[in-house]
Amino acid sequence: MTPEIGHFSLWLALGVALVLATLPLVGAARGRDEWMAVARPAARVLALLVVVAMACLVTSFVRHDFSVLYVASNSNSALPLPYRIAGVWGGHEGSLLLWLLMLCVWMLAVAQFSRHLPLAVLARILAVMGWIAAGFLLFMLITSNPFERLFPVPADGRDLNPLLQDPGMVFHPPTLYMGYVGFSVAFSFAVAALIGGNLDAQWARWTRPWTSVAWVFLTIGIAMGSWWAYYELGWGGWWFWDPVENASFMPWLAGTALIHSLAVTEKRGSFKAWTVLLAITVFSLSLLGTFLVRSGVLSSVHAFATDPRRGLFILGFLAVVIGSSLTLYAWRAPQVGLGARFALLSRETLLLANNVLLLVATGAVLLGTLYPLVLDALNLGKISVGPPYFDTVFMPLMVPVVLLLGIGPLARWKESSAHELARALRWPALAALVCTAASVAWAGGASWVAVLGLLMAWWIVCTVAADLWQRVRPEPGRSPWQRAQRLPRAMVGMLVAHLGVAVFIFGVTVVKTWEVERDLKMNVGDSTQISGYTFTFLGVRDVMGPNYQAAQGRVQVTRGDKPVALMRPEKRIYRVQRNPMTEAAIRPGPLGDLYVSLGEPVEGDAWIVRVYVKPFIGWVWGGCLMMALGGLLAATDRRYRAKQRRDEAVPAQTVAEAGLA
Amino acid sequence: MLKALWIEASWIRASWKALCIAVLLGMAVLASAKEAAPAADDPVVEARMLRIAAELRCLVCQNQTIADSHAALAVDLRNQVREMIRRGESDQQIIDFMTQRYGDFVLYRPPLKGSTALLWFGPGLLLAIGTIALVLVVRRRQRLAPDRFEADPLDPPDQPPTLEDTR
Repeated sequence: MTPEIGHFSLWLALGVALVLATLPLVGAARGRDEWMAVARPAARVLALLVVVAMACLVTSFVRHDFSVLYVASNSNSALPLPYRIAGVWGGHEGSLLLWLLMLCVWMLAVAQFSRHLPLAVLARILAVMGWIAAGFLLFMLITSNPFERLFPVPADGRDLNPLLQDPGMVFHPPTLYMGYVGFSVAFSFAVAALIGGNLDAQWARWTRPWTSVAWVFLTIGIAMGSWWAYYELGWGGWWFWDPVENASFMPWLAGTALIHSLAVTEKRGSFKAWTVLLAITVFSLSLLGTFLVRSGVLSSVHAFATDPRRGLFILGFLAVVIGSSLTLYAWRAPQVGLGARFALLSRETLLLANNVLLLVATGAVLLGTLYPLVLDALNLGKISVGPPYFDTVFMPLMVPVVLLLGIGPLARWKESSAHELARALRWPALAALVCTAASVAWAGGASWVAVLGLLMAWWIVCTVAADLWQRVRPEPGRSPWQRAQRLPRAMVGMLVAHLGVAVFIFGVTVVKTWEVERDLKMNVGDSTQISGYTFTFLGVRDVMGPNYQAAQGRVQVTRGDKPVALMRPEKRIYRVQRNPMTEAAIRPGPLGDLYVSLGEPVEGDAWIVRVYVKPFIGWVWGGCLMMALGGLLAATDRRYRAKQRRDEAVPAQTVAEAGLA
Repeated sequence: MLKALWIEASWIRASWKALCIAVLLGMAVLASAKEAAPAADDPVVEARMLRIAAELRCLVCQNQTIADSHAALAVDLRNQVREMIRRGESDQQIIDFMTQRYGDFVLYRPPLKGSTALLWFGPGLLLAIGTIALVLVVRRRQRLAPDRFEADPLDPPDQPPTLEDTR
């Protein structure tokens, strides 16, 4: 009965979504308030119905209802409760439902926190989100119904893929999807503004916090995924340029460009058409990412073609979303103003260059991800595009981005003089060189790539420090501390996020250069010494998990005479799907991780053991978290929280200034 | 939540106890400790093998290099690469051998040829187009009459101080 309730509420939700998609839109066009007023309650009802559907699917999982095909394919009676809940988004159908749920969360948030928006604007935004919801609901109901029954009912389920049976599965997909779907808000704001013709600085100021928050979620989601891969896959890598990763990285790159372009549109009124185009691009990439990961096209183009309904719907949906929004864009963009004037050398130009570079990088990742699929589909041969390609193509593009990252915040809006910029940059540049030379001399054995990486990290740190110093240096009557307290939160956010980039680059460079890896054949009692740590193998014993059995190794780590940790790497065999899983043992630390994973047993009691010392690897994710924190600070700036004037005549900058005072 | 915390705490206590026992055990074992042998016979060959294997795809896995995979095929191919290194073959010879046997699909760095030209030159092309577009757009804006632009907003709050201010 429960699955039927879920299925039925999806159909009801489709009806409500269609009402939400049309009535407020027509109302806004004809100026009929009562039609527009439908938007908010309709969004709430839609959200409620989707929550009901989600609850039904979760219930089926929790109760082991294997008469539901999706549950039987992704769960098992021995699966622990947290993974039964996470199993809801372990496959294609449930992922779509999660996506839809996230869309409803964002929709509710927009309905709740946009009371200051004119009714027509809000009605259009929610209507656009209604169209997206309707598209996804149709997709689910036609091709991917999670509530489909299975007859005869199997005795037990096929279990969740053991790789996914990890706390990462509970948190990573929802966070990532919050990010993906969050860009639908920026998209809806953009399309609504195109329809309504209110594309101005005010629109940019409404859009900005939403975009930043979505970007924050996506950043955290990607970082979590990377960390999960690091400890789950057992060989200590953290980014593989896998198509699944690229699928989330593309919207991130384009979203980063969008955040920066929105800044120009809000502050200077320029790049409006470009910003709208970016908002459309980012959301299209989010859609593409969702479908790439979930449709099975990645594992085989041909397997995908055996069930052409899904493929055709996906392509059709993408074509409709991208096609219709681009058509609307082509129709409306010529009427959009140019914004304020700026000189050849100005912060605007530098930010535009940043946008170009980030988009080229997005394009490169897109090319590398789709190229093998396209070649295969056209029967032009099977190729693999992997890390060697992406490292070659992507890294050179990031060098100028980082260079600009240092210059941009020190350049003036509207017009900057080369002389002034050079003056502002000479000390940071010198300091970066000195610091790099010092760190290379101290560490020793740096490759040229490592020198470049360290130089980029120090360049960011020194320019951020210079920027901060300019803003807080003592003035008559005001101490640095007093001035620092008056810094707008958005400014602090920018500094923190940029520092996060430096921390990230530093972590990547150091761990790639100075990581120590040993593949050892260890008998009980054997030990090895790496970077002052002694790793002693104490043997392996069998342990039983709820749905797996494991060989658990014990490796004792000491430094001098002091015990540091007892590490317990495991080799697990899950009972249903039978493939071996490696659970690495990690002792994380701010200055580096110790990482031990178990290979195969060899003769006697000996095992192959992989031992790594990974200096500063935590900084890779720490940098990501700093970027996310920066985004969060920027999104919660006073000028967004303050009650915004309803009076449209108040120019954007006045509001911003008021927020400062 | 509280329960989770408690479980966490008890887990920490348990692992502390385990650590202490292990240390004692370890001390006993350490008395007879010896240096662990590397899994590979020849670390130089091993390092070169891993560098080559990191560019090769494990054909039976989802998306893993031969260096990273534990699959039987990957183990075989690692042995194959080791063998060829010992026979004194060059990296290129080994890569060629693998391509001959398994096709381009085995290479994570696709070879440059007609069908992959766009893949390799695409990013450079995009960069060129993007840069040219950037220059054209910015220069066109310079030439437009001032009245085509909107009024200048007031100085944004994050404007860095000018040279005059900083003096």
